[in-house]
Amino acid sequence: MAQDYDIEALIAGMATALSERFAALEIQDPALIGIRTGGVWIARRLHALLGLEQPVGELNIAFYRDDFSRIGMHPTVEPSHLPFDVDDRHLVLVDDILYTGRTIRAAMNEIFDYGRPASISLAVLCARSGRELPIQADVVGAHLSLTAREHAKLTGPEPLRLEFTKAKH
Amino acid sequence: MRQANIQLDAEGRLKHFLGIEGLSRDLLTQILDNAERFAPVGDRAVKKVPLLRGKTVVNLFFEPSTRTRTTFDLAAKRLSADVLNLNIESSSAKKGESLADTLRNLEAMQCDMFVVRHQTSGAAAYIASQVAPHISVVNGGDGRHEHPTQAMLDCFTIRRLKKRFEDLTVAIVGDVAHSRVARSEIHALKILGVPEVRVVGPRTLIPPQIEAMGVKVFHRFDEGIADADVVIMLRLQQERMQSALLPSAHEYFRVYGLTEKRLKLAAKDAIVMHPGPINRGVEIDSAVADGLQSVILQQVTNGIAVRMAVMSMVMGTQAVGSAA
Repeated sequence: MAQDYDIEALIAGMATALSERFAALEIQDPALIGIRTGGVWIARRLHALLGLEQPVGELNIAFYRDDFSRIGMHPTVEPSHLPFDVDDRHLVLVDDILYTGRTIRAAMNEIFDYGRPASISLAVLCARSGRELPIQADVVGAHLSLTAREHAKLTGPEPLRLEFTKAKH
Repeated sequence: MRQANIQLDAEGRLKHFLGIEGLSRDLLTQILDNAERFAPVGDRAVKKVPLLRGKTVVNLFFEPSTRTRTTFDLAAKRLSADVLNLNIESSSAKKGESLADTLRNLEAMQCDMFVVRHQTSGAAAYIASQVAPHISVVNGGDGRHEHPTQAMLDCFTIRRLKKRFEDLTVAIVGDVAHSRVARSEIHALKILGVPEVRVVGPRTLIPPQIEAMGVKVFHRFDEGIADADVVIMLRLQQERMQSALLPSAHEYFRVYGLTEKRLKLAAKDAIVMHPGPINRGVEIDSAVADGLQSVILQQVTNGIAVRMAVMSMVMGTQAVGSAA
C-alpha cells in the first residue's frame, strides 16, 4: 500500500477538475473552505492554482463532531473563520482524506449555521473505503484502497506528504 | 491540594467549576483558549453550536441576578442545551422544601448541570458534593467566596486587549472585603502571571492580611491607580453605607470614584472594567463608564463565550467511558 504519491501533482489535477466543474455548472465566484488542518493546506494551494477572488475559508468542526458525548472536548485548535458571505454562494469544501464521511457531515452542519449557500461541492485529496454515511466527493485527487487497519495521514504544510501506518490489531 | 480539589476528575480535567483558587495556569489558559474559539459563534447567522444538544442545564439562583443569569442562560442556549431557570427565593424554599430535596427532584428530572448562585460561601461546593456523579456544578457566585466565571471573563477581556499578562499592573478598586469577584480575580490574575496586582480602597473595605494573597494594598486612590494598565472598579453595595462602614455615597465618590481626571494617572492606554451593575456617580463617573477606555460592555459579551467554554469543558468530562 505504501506508494509514493506526488501530492502537488494530485492537487494540480484537482484544480483542473474543479475549474472544469465550475465551467460546466456555470459557477461564478466560488469560495473554497478547507477543513482544519489538512484541508486548509490543500485549499490554499488550490486557491493559488485557480486564482480565485474570495479568500480561503477555514473550518474547525470540533463543536459539530458527533462524538462529543463519547470523548468530550477536543484539544484547542484555531477557530472557524469564513471571511465571506455564505448566503447564495457556491462553496467547495476541501479535505485531505475522505473516510467515514462524518467529518463532512459535521462540516456541512456548521456551514449552514453561517447561512444558506447556493451549493456545496466536495473536493478531497484522497478518498478511501470505509464510508459510514452516504457522502461522496465530487473531485478526488487519488483513490486509496486501504483496509480498516491501515491508516493514511497527511503531514505538512511544507512539504505535503502522505504517511501510511498499519495498526497491529 | 490537588487530589483534594473536587473540581477535577481523576485525569485532572474540570468536572465542576467552583472557584479559581488551586487551579493551574494550564487549566485557566485552556478556559481562555476555548472561550476564544466560542467567541465567533456570537457573530454568525445562527448563534448556536450543537455541542450540548440534549443536555439540560438548571440555573439554580438563590440570590437575585440579571446579568450573570442571562449570560449563563444564553451561553447554555448557544451550546444547544435546554435551560431551566429556577429562582429559589420565590419557589420551594418558601414552601419549606430543603435544599437536598430540591436537588433530588432536579436529579429525578434528569438534569445534567447546575449553575448555582447562593448568598452563602461554599454553597456551590456543598451542592457539588451532594449531587449524583453525572451532574456538574458551576459556581455563579457564592457569598463572599468566589465568582470564578466573572474572573475568567475579566481575564479573557484583559488578554484580548493587552495580549499578555506578564508585564501588567492591575488595580482592583473599591469594596474588596465583601467582593467575591475581587477574590476570584486576585487568584486568577496571580495564577496567570500578572506581576503586580493592587487592591485599592478605604481601610474598612480592605480585608486585613490580604497581602498574603500576593497583592499590594493602597488606601490612596491616586497612588493605587498610578501607571496601572487595567483598572477594575468594584460595585459599592448600598448596604455598606447603611452599616456605617462608609460615610455617604457622595463622600465615597469624592475619594474613591473613578473620574476622567483620576484615570489620567493610570497608563495612557489603560482599560477600565467593572463587573456590573454600575452605580454611576458612586464608584464610577458616567464620563468614564461610557468613555473610550471603558470595556464594560465588552466584558458582558465576553462573558457568554467564557461561560460556553466552562460549560462545555465540564460536560466534556461527563462523556461516556471517561473516569467520571
